[in-house]
Amino acid sequence: MAIQFREALKTKDFIVTAEAGPVKGANTEKVQGHIELLKDRVDALNVTDNQSSVMRYPSLGTCLLVKEHGGEPIFQVTCRDRNRLAIQADLLFAYSRGVDNVLCLTGDSIDVGDHREAKPVFDLDSTQLIHLVHTLNSGKDMVGNELDGGVDFCIGASATPSADPIEPQLVKFQKKLDAGVDFIQTQAIYDLDEFKRFMEHARKMNDKTKILAGIVLLVGARMAAFMNENVPGIFVPQYLIDELAQAPKGTGLSKGIEIAGRLIRQIREEEICDGVHIMAIGREERVPEILEAAGL
Amino acid sequence: MNGEDNKIVAFCCEHSAYPVANKAGRMRLHYPDNVRIICVPCAGRVDVQHILKAFEKGAAGVLVMGCQEGACQHLTGNTRAKERVKYTESLLKEVGIDGGRVRMVNLAPDMAQRFIDEVKEMAEKIEGR
Amino acid sequence: MIIAKRKPLEEIKNMLSGYKKILVVGCRTCVTICWAGGEKEVGILSSQLKLASSGEGNELSILEATVERQCEKEMVIEELRDKVQEVEAILSMGCGAGAQTIAEIFEEKPVFPALNTTFIGMPEAEGVWVEKCGTCGDCMLYWTGGICPVVRCAKGLLNGPCGGTRKGGKCEIDPEKDCAWVLIYRRLEKQGRLDLMRKYYEPKNYRAVQRPGRVEAATA
Repeated sequence: MAIQFREALKTKDFIVTAEAGPVKGANTEKVQGHIELLKDRVDALNVTDNQSSVMRYPSLGTCLLVKEHGGEPIFQVTCRDRNRLAIQADLLFAYSRGVDNVLCLTGDSIDVGDHREAKPVFDLDSTQLIHLVHTLNSGKDMVGNELDGGVDFCIGASATPSADPIEPQLVKFQKKLDAGVDFIQTQAIYDLDEFKRFMEHARKMNDKTKILAGIVLLVGARMAAFMNENVPGIFVPQYLIDELAQAPKGTGLSKGIEIAGRLIRQIREEEICDGVHIMAIGREERVPEILEAAGL
Repeated sequence: MNGEDNKIVAFCCEHSAYPVANKAGRMRLHYPDNVRIICVPCAGRVDVQHILKAFEKGAAGVLVMGCQEGACQHLTGNTRAKERVKYTESLLKEVGIDGGRVRMVNLAPDMAQRFIDEVKEMAEKIEGR
Repeated sequence: MIIAKRKPLEEIKNMLSGYKKILVVGCRTCVTICWAGGEKEVGILSSQLKLASSGEGNELSILEATVERQCEKEMVIEELRDKVQEVEAILSMGCGAGAQTIAEIFEEKPVFPALNTTFIGMPEAEGVWVEKCGTCGDCMLYWTGGICPVVRCAKGLLNGPCGGTRKGGKCEIDPEKDCAWVLIYRRLEKQGRLDLMRKYYEPKNYRAVQRPGRVEAATA
């Protein structure tokens, strides 16, 4: 059995989380395979929530699978598809089944996904969601009713250190920290100097929250350029796209693993932040190699 | 209706195209005889609805003929006409009238042959549709 | 003002299929200003419909009219009362409010909308109109530096920006559009009021206007 994530946050020197991404369909074989592969290698497994606004098997359901396999799930909740009633209800259900870590996200826009005529919800934003979870934790619902059966969530949120301009993002980041978060998982980091500058701001704002640097596996120059254009919050610097382009044909993925490993190793050695969150988007089976390349 | 007579309507600016048309006539230069010439004070006086109405009333092709770029007596009349002709092209395309059957032409007052060529070209386009 | 855009001609033609005599009605207010349904546009659309239908062998007979404000019952009745008798159907070039006003007054005649009503906005440049107001019924412009986050932020966030902002402060959904929260930040910074953006804003009351909305004047 994995130790509770909130314990790991308190006790471990370097925290590592990864993601299990459900597929489009009711067949959970693949995601269960990834869960089995990763659950003992990381401190917790995020489960994405209709990631990139593409309809998939739900985060909540996959979190239950993680529990079944003896892992620690982090329930990703976005505000794009559910209103405040549905979100509160889902949180109650999650807690009742032993899922007690939640990552509070606003959610990608409908337009980047595959159901582009859908009605976006966004009844809440990520900061309001953080406050909501605290309210539930205190034994009440959003409108003040007492809960029959309380919850106690470990609360996480995201940050975008590479945003340009950075100042408005920092204003929002401060609001999230003020709302009270136990951990932060950032969007993909590639430029460590830029990240260090961000961490300076972050430490001044709040030195208690654990911050995990987001590491997205790149598999080739074209994919990296594509993500730059199309995936919200990801900015891959040109020098990395070049490094990938120069790798011999067929070795793009290995190069990507090397780059990821290199970044993680440096973050750890220089104690830039409290850990990493590895996103292998579709290549979860390569995460063990990334960990190895990172010396973990 | 529907331009069975292959009529061409030419809106001609009184400072350039209209005198040119007259000159072509005086020089006995031959051009198709189903052309109706309408004198306007400036190509910029021609609006989208005028062109559409011409088609409604049986024209098969419309020419809007004004001064050369930079030479408009009213400064921007010919540029406005150019934009309107472009817009009208898209409106006509929506109703299945395309293939260049509305066209903007810029002329200097001494370009009689050019006038003839444009009219002949439009006549050919109409024949061939 | 209300901004609308004319539907594609094909769609309008399909709506009118089977009708031989119609009345096309414009409006001299908002849709004139956004070049969608004014007197001029009524003339253009009528020409196009006549050309299209004569091309197919059964020409539409069209009456044209333009009302000062298509959403005012008295003006609609005054302008259209007689013409409506002569036609089978009405093609409204007004906004949704205008089209529905006509439909309510002349209940026996089918009313077709020639426009898609899109938003409340204003002209940003000649021929370009942009959305400004979210009609949320609970205006927050006083603390967002005069920039509406409900509708100018693609996600309607109150504690923005989101993490999807593109480089240069552009919106996640469209690199041509500005991130409203970057705009709000810059505006408040200019005014020395960034404290307004640093405050936490509670979830919005989305029922401030119960749809369908209704507003009554306080009696004098």
